[in-house]
Amino acid sequence: MLAPPSHRRKDRFKMALSMKSVLRSGRNAVSILRRRAFHRSAPAAAQVTVRDALNQALDEELERDERVFLLGEEVAQYDGAYKVSRGLWKKYGDKRIIDTPISEMGFTGIAVGAAMVSVSLYKPDDFHLTRKLSAQRETIFFIFYFFQAGLRPICEFMTFNFSMQAIDQVINSAAKTYYMSAGLQAVPIVFRGPNGASAGVAAQHSQCFAAWYAHCPGLKVVSPWNSEDAKGLLKSAIRDDNPVVFLENELMYGVPFEMSDEAQSKDFTVPIGKAKVERQGTHVTLVSHSRYVGHCLDAAAVLAKEGIECEVINLRTIRPMDVESIEASVMKTNHLVTVEGGWPQFGVGAEICARIMEGPAFNYLDAPATRVTGVDIPMPYAKILEDNSVPQIKDIIFSIKKTLNM
Amino acid sequence: MQNLLSLLSNALCRITGRTAGAQTVSELLIGLSEYVSLTSPSAPDLAQTQRLPPKPPPVVALRASAALLASTSLAAAAARVVASRSSTDLTPQVTLDIKKCDLHCLEEGPPVKATLTREQGLQYYRTMQTVRRMELKADQLYKQKIIRGFCHLYDGQEACAAGVEAAITPSDHVITAYRAHAYTYTRGVAVKEILCELTGRRGGVSKGKGGSMHMYAPRFYGGNGIVGAQVPLGAGIALACQYQGNNQLCVTLYGDGAANQGQLFEAFNMAALWKLPCVFICENNQYSMGMSTERASASTDYYKRGDYIPGLRVDGMDVLCVREAVKFAADFCRAGKGPIVMELQTYRYHGHSMSDPGVSYRSREEVQEVRSKNDPIALLKEQMLSNNMASVEELKELDVTIRKEVEEAARFATADPEPPLDDMCNHIFKNDPPLEVRGTNPWSRLRSVS
Repeated sequence: MLAPPSHRRKDRFKMALSMKSVLRSGRNAVSILRRRAFHRSAPAAAQVTVRDALNQALDEELERDERVFLLGEEVAQYDGAYKVSRGLWKKYGDKRIIDTPISEMGFTGIAVGAAMVSVSLYKPDDFHLTRKLSAQRETIFFIFYFFQAGLRPICEFMTFNFSMQAIDQVINSAAKTYYMSAGLQAVPIVFRGPNGASAGVAAQHSQCFAAWYAHCPGLKVVSPWNSEDAKGLLKSAIRDDNPVVFLENELMYGVPFEMSDEAQSKDFTVPIGKAKVERQGTHVTLVSHSRYVGHCLDAAAVLAKEGIECEVINLRTIRPMDVESIEASVMKTNHLVTVEGGWPQFGVGAEICARIMEGPAFNYLDAPATRVTGVDIPMPYAKILEDNSVPQIKDIIFSIKKTLNM
Repeated sequence: MQNLLSLLSNALCRITGRTAGAQTVSELLIGLSEYVSLTSPSAPDLAQTQRLPPKPPPVVALRASAALLASTSLAAAAARVVASRSSTDLTPQVTLDIKKCDLHCLEEGPPVKATLTREQGLQYYRTMQTVRRMELKADQLYKQKIIRGFCHLYDGQEACAAGVEAAITPSDHVITAYRAHAYTYTRGVAVKEILCELTGRRGGVSKGKGGSMHMYAPRFYGGNGIVGAQVPLGAGIALACQYQGNNQLCVTLYGDGAANQGQLFEAFNMAALWKLPCVFICENNQYSMGMSTERASASTDYYKRGDYIPGLRVDGMDVLCVREAVKFAADFCRAGKGPIVMELQTYRYHGHSMSDPGVSYRSREEVQEVRSKNDPIALLKEQMLSNNMASVEELKELDVTIRKEVEEAARFATADPEPPLDDMCNHIFKNDPPLEVRGTNPWSRLRSVS
């Protein structure tokens, strides 16, 4: 499926780069050309699905840094359970794309261990006693530091529900280690996979783990919505020297979004810890993450016809949360509605409300903040029940109107 | 190159205490050469206690680690062996018979004879005695309530730590569970810093933030509190070694209690599948907390638990047995044959931790019997004395020196101030701009730097 020949300078440049990589990895030529055509040959702002954006990000980071590798169930020969890692095994081989047996605790521990083999540079301290090893060790350490890089694993969970089996490794072995070692031992790892409700997969496969992971210091938790978020945040996460939990959404994988030229470049990253205002508004602030950002935008479009202008904030990062952006928005609109798919108790919305109360924006609220969340039940199976267990656009509209006292 | 040079010379400045940086490569080499010949872990005391140029120690050996350095051009001119200055009628080297190991899925096992040189003997003795005294000192400090929380002591098991370290190189990797003080020491951390970490002071190896179970060093990944979690981590470290093709391996230690954890078998499966260079070592000290092996395990042949993975059962009270077995296992792994499981049969004199007297599930007589008949330090001492490799006075002098060093370290650990509150929130993330951390109340906004 080759694209028609392109005469744009940028495309010729990209073609030259592809040819260069073709020459370097001859046997992967076909797949590279096919992939290139699939993703990059369309003009300017391309329609890219979230799945392909993630695939691009993985491909680019694997290419950029030898230390990056992907491990998880079915990521290699199966092309990924949700096809996110399609083509990567063919391109990078067994060493970089590793199929694991169904042993979450085991392979998560293995991934964390591989990330630990990254030697932190010994910094001279401000305190009166530096940690001193034997002279011999210190000499060897300095010599070896320059000649050995650590690894940067990407650990895929088929869904985050299965990460519960491995959660000890994520929290106790990954998140806390940099602190417990007072900076000696870093863990540059990314845990990624689909999170939250899907379609008809019932209770054990539909839980949202944003609140669970965001509770823990030492972790960064990221939740992209569209393709640009997905690609930019995944690249940032892989380049980050800390453990990052990357919460994707299965229902978003197939959704295409327009991606600007800039977003399609190899060095495009989205900073972790910064929210994005997706839509400017004046009457109410809607804060959401992942799939429900889309729902908020749809609700905003409906309400715009009634003269209510909603400001929609896409959190992008759950931890560390960009509270400043929310505060700035609330100080403008005086109303706050949070929207999420997870359960209400002790959730992301609860945290946002607490933080707003503790900050300067509280005095600007004209009404208590409202949380729109999933229903506080295990996810049922029947379609009608499932549909009513997660926030729908009508629920968001209803909550906004209640908050605005209309 | 300039940066490399300046960084290296900075390191040397800190080591040697000289204020001037090395201006030329030759100065650097001279500075480096003074340290290549020092043995580890006796070196830490020299490096710390003085800012003077080091005096050459009386007995020096060219260790495997130094040999490694010697292979790089930087250290080529620097390696030297100082001959023993002891009296001429002491035996320099002896070959001893050691116990044969039980084998699982192996045709041949480790050799039944081990060579012990005088230098090695003294070094192992020194290591084991330092660990013993350090653990007993920790016991004392705990009872004085200067150490708090968890404290899992290793006395009785010293031969395992000493033997493992003797068999591997400093570029290999080690990870263990919570009974980790000995390995922290053998991997290069000074006694002073271990005790400081136990007392929770700023001079501790983890600056007081980790505690007994969370001490780290280059190529030593702790110290892990969750039973069994270190085993997949160790397999992962081995994966990284294999990935980088650096001929290193990872020694992953766990206890007879952790041997029943599911994640071990997950790690075994993947290690065997991918032929990871991992030596899994079960330190079977007969009790997991209060559960004896018969009460906890349907199969007490821990060396067979790897099923399809070859296994060795080793006498863990004889440092030479342990050394030979680990050497055998290391060669096995480095040959690309995959992982190997070892069981070291050993014993702990103390209870599981300091809150356990250790006699409710076993008899005092049993502990006494092991102490009198099977003590690892006494065993080595006996081997050296009966082969005339050292004099009684020499060993006694060594005991006194070590006791003094540990005493000094404990004094320091008790006097060192606690970490400053400013440090409390640091080290959450690496290489991140400073971030704000919420304190106990909304007005308490603390600062965290990487």
